[in-house]
Amino acid sequence: MSKNYFQVIRAGINTTFQDEGRKNLYHVGIPFSGAMDKRNYLLSNKLVGNEINSPALEFAYQGPLLKYFGNKINIAIAGEVNFKIKKKDIIIDGNCYQSLNLENGDEVDILSTNKSVYGYLAIGGQIDLKYQWSSCSTNTKAIIGANDGKKLENEQVINISKLNNQSVERKLDYINTKIENIRIIKGTNFDYFSDKGKKIFLEKEFIVSKLTDRMGMRLEGPKIENVIDTNIKSEGLIKGVIQVPADGNPIVMLSDHGTIGGYPKIGVVISADYDKLVQLSPGSKIKFKQVDLSSAENLFKLYDLETQNLISQIE
Amino acid sequence: MIKNILNLGDAALYCDFGKEVNKETNTQVIRYFKSIQKENISSINNLSPSYNKLIISFDLKKTNFKDLKKIIENLNITNEDNLKNKTIEVPVCCDENFALDIVRLEKKLNLKREKIYENFFSKEFFCYMTGFIAGMPFLGDLSENMRAKRLETPRVKVPKGSVALTEQFANIYTFESPGGWNVIGNSPLTIFDSSKETNPNLINPGDIVLFKEISKKQYENYNE
Repeated sequence: MSKNYFQVIRAGINTTFQDEGRKNLYHVGIPFSGAMDKRNYLLSNKLVGNEINSPALEFAYQGPLLKYFGNKINIAIAGEVNFKIKKKDIIIDGNCYQSLNLENGDEVDILSTNKSVYGYLAIGGQIDLKYQWSSCSTNTKAIIGANDGKKLENEQVINISKLNNQSVERKLDYINTKIENIRIIKGTNFDYFSDKGKKIFLEKEFIVSKLTDRMGMRLEGPKIENVIDTNIKSEGLIKGVIQVPADGNPIVMLSDHGTIGGYPKIGVVISADYDKLVQLSPGSKIKFKQVDLSSAENLFKLYDLETQNLISQIE
Repeated sequence: MIKNILNLGDAALYCDFGKEVNKETNTQVIRYFKSIQKENISSINNLSPSYNKLIISFDLKKTNFKDLKKIIENLNITNEDNLKNKTIEVPVCCDENFALDIVRLEKKLNLKREKIYENFFSKEFFCYMTGFIAGMPFLGDLSENMRAKRLETPRVKVPKGSVALTEQFANIYTFESPGGWNVIGNSPLTIFDSSKETNPNLINPGDIVLFKEISKKQYENYNE
């Protein structure tokens, strides 16, 4: 056990180590993985003075309760997160997007993500983690990445092999905007669906179902009728693809998706809207709006510029 | 040859090699896949070869659909045989405890199990692609009389190692996973090994697979 470590008192619902994910493995059957909400992940690292692509803890709904032992350390939380810092005689309500100091014996209690799904806890230093294919991203399905490919568990420890040299005081004014309109590009099998089905897809409201995790998001709503074939020859998938199986309910592929699928692809969520999409919690409404390729490319440029701006505001 | 390149979303090329699923088409897909892999194009994030498609996903910060499409269209794809195929023997135990769907399959195919296994074990399979879950090989082709549909209600958990059939294909479940294929046996062989970063998959697209029947005892004592 190293000198500086966190004791996991409560692991949370789905807490994993994530970074930017792993490339060039789809053909093997391994998805990209990585932080679901990339912007918030990058911001959390910047707030503690880490390289922005360092590993961070990603949690969903209820996060972990961690007790810290060691020399003074910086942490920061990004997202819409309710959390408390417990010091010797005092409990402080935590603020997101702000670096915080923890001292020996302090606890951080991440209670919930507020009307969203994912939050990020960055630790100012180097976490002792296993890398596979140049990424520590935990993929619980393929059992690879940090923590032996498993979710965080109660009573385990998180060893910090190196603390950042100086503790920083950093803050960012940022409010996550929640959007219900998710923009899409028509999929390669858009014409498999009836005119009515297409209209439903592009105009009606869907509800995010409880069957939603890092692999995919199932939606409920009016059924989308297929008039050609409810199966296609199995082929590759990418994150953001919206498949419609025979039951007519769309499924959106997310970061840990299966790499091959045989259901028709009605649409693909544009890259600029992915971070917002994954934050829609079960019960949320969602509506798809069609855009063309060049608009999607421009919207991504804007999204990326905004992310870069936010990162450069933290100093 | 690629018949057509479309965009799949804003960050992927969808290369279509034609409607037919056969070895010839798939060999073309694999040839492109290997040639592009060799080029080490830094803006490419992933290549997904399948029966008759190749999906190329890319980093939208580094390139865009139009530019990458041009690069792919102008690539020199050599016609020489760059597929170094291996032949892999996969042991399968068909004990009743493993052959979860053999009774169902006898009815579906109207064949006795002896005949099903005889057909299966005498066949030479070609690996079209790997994926869905890490390392799972999609192998073909089963003869016409061996083609059955998926289970009406997929299993929530198919045991690791299960060897299963559907339509013209056979596969091996490299992990416990949900799935709807007809399970006829189980292999003790490790197909996906995450400790081998350079080549974690035992079976790769273009490889030939032969299944070999082993007894329950051989299964239990199996040592790789």
